[in-house]
Amino acid sequence: MTSDILTATAADLGRRIAARELTAVQVAEAFLAQIERVDDDVHAFLHVDAAGARAQAAAVDAKLDAGEQLGPLAGVPIAVKDLFCQAGVPTTAASKILEGWRPPYSATVVQRLLDAGLVVLGKTNLDEFAMGSSTETSAFGPTRNPWDLDRIPGGSGGGSAAALASFEAPLAIGTDTGGSIRQPGAVTGTVGVKPTYGGVSRYGVIAMASSLDQPGPCARTVLDAALLHEVIAGHDPMDSTSIDAPVPPVVEAARSGDIAGLRVGVVKELGGEGYEPGVELRFREAVAALEAAGAEVVEVSCPHFTYALGAYYLIMPSEVSSNLARYDAMRYGLRVGDDGTRSTEEVMNLTRAAGLGAEAKRRIIIGTYALSSGYYDAYYGSAQKVRTLISRDFDAAFEQVDVLVSPSTPTTAFLVGEKLSDPLAMYKSDLCTIPSNMAGNTAGSFPIGVAPEDGMPVGLQVMAPPQADDRVYRVGAALEKAFGGALTDRIATRWVEA
Amino acid sequence: MALSTADVARLAALARIELTEEELVRFAPELDTILEAVASVSEVADSDVPPMSHALPLTNVFREDVVRPGLLHEAALAAAPAVEEGRFRVPRILGEEA
Repeated sequence: MTSDILTATAADLGRRIAARELTAVQVAEAFLAQIERVDDDVHAFLHVDAAGARAQAAAVDAKLDAGEQLGPLAGVPIAVKDLFCQAGVPTTAASKILEGWRPPYSATVVQRLLDAGLVVLGKTNLDEFAMGSSTETSAFGPTRNPWDLDRIPGGSGGGSAAALASFEAPLAIGTDTGGSIRQPGAVTGTVGVKPTYGGVSRYGVIAMASSLDQPGPCARTVLDAALLHEVIAGHDPMDSTSIDAPVPPVVEAARSGDIAGLRVGVVKELGGEGYEPGVELRFREAVAALEAAGAEVVEVSCPHFTYALGAYYLIMPSEVSSNLARYDAMRYGLRVGDDGTRSTEEVMNLTRAAGLGAEAKRRIIIGTYALSSGYYDAYYGSAQKVRTLISRDFDAAFEQVDVLVSPSTPTTAFLVGEKLSDPLAMYKSDLCTIPSNMAGNTAGSFPIGVAPEDGMPVGLQVMAPPQADDRVYRVGAALEKAFGGALTDRIATRWVEA
Repeated sequence: MALSTADVARLAALARIELTEEELVRFAPELDTILEAVASVSEVADSDVPPMSHALPLTNVFREDVVRPGLLHEAALAAAPAVEEGRFRVPRILGEEA
């Protein structure tokens, strides 16, 4: 019974809870027990809110027993990246500087989850302030990849992705600034979608790079991701960059998966040198599967994508240096060295030295440099121009095709420790995902099998124009159909006791 | 363009981060490598290309100026490292000894 709950889709759990075949409390207990059993190995969670989850589940059961009609995911548990404020629940951004902090309010995304009856199991691990591609920069230790515990689960949202792949949660929430939903999705064999910038509210999400950050859904199946997308998306007056327009019909697209006549462009620049043969092999097979399902496939060139990584590693740190200035030891968070003799500035210096990790420091310093007078035009100014050129590449491409595709990542999951001492090698993990953040497009990663070399999952990225999120799900659903269901089914017996 | 440890120390001071000697020695060449790798952006950034700061073509977004419930005083202070008389207590901000 329990094993059947753990491996079920969120859509199925929601249906069975609504039909009163299962109670929300029963489902929450099953996942809490699974977390208890496996999280010492996986370390997907920074905080498990067992009491909160039980109370939320009981409240959903009470409403359903009273005959109230709730949404399709009512009673379904979810794991939330520890970058989202949840009132009264510890929120750290995986940084020592926020250790022990309990936010006084909830992010809009969290509030919408609770309002829709989802049960928040806890907060998942991430790279510190979402800065990384492996979850190794977390101040609280790395998360492991459930496909191979010696490997990274991607980042920054490695905790959310690993929670899904180890069946600790049927749904999760992530944020994507340069690939932090899609890259973990790809390397753990799960589904992750970055909505159109402005599609999901950033209110209450701890900011890394505000012009790029975008919350989004993580799941094991395409339909589950779409159902979650629908819960969290839509206009929020508390976020001035929130789009005031109807949410694209993502659930309908995920149910259909019909891609007959859809024009699919393979991005020429996202492949070749630096891409693992196993990744390229699976990608070619997946493109052939799309063609077999009725898509028209052509090659498309986006010449400025080559410069995207460089522009990203100037724009993002510049925004980081500004956003992280708020951790000043005055109003909340860590304070170090306040002995009555030191000045405010000295206390700030000592607190930020002790509370921020190496990658956060690197990015703050690069950003400070890129924005300093004399260097601004050459660095930040040039990067902003490249952003325009990338956006124009997308515009031109989307005149020829409906969606663009590429591998989600150049390689499968690497070993824990392999790239931690080489920042530049780590940054290249996001080569394929960064352009969509720069332009504000929507993009998702979908599992397309495992690489023959190492047996690790490979993802295919689907990119679509702003507000065409439904196209991403449509292609994702077509892939899922072609590959016969969720890839994580292959490791279910490893993680779930019969 | 090589970034010296003195440069890194100056930037860190601007960013209010006290770096150890060890960190300075480690970060200087690392940051130099990163800056070298990203410098390629200037190759294509011609003067006729307009800069893009944001994905959405937004200017100002306004809302009605109405009174709404906000954060309560106690909630705002609850997570403060130090509080005195209902306010955030901070270390001295002037140059002289208190």
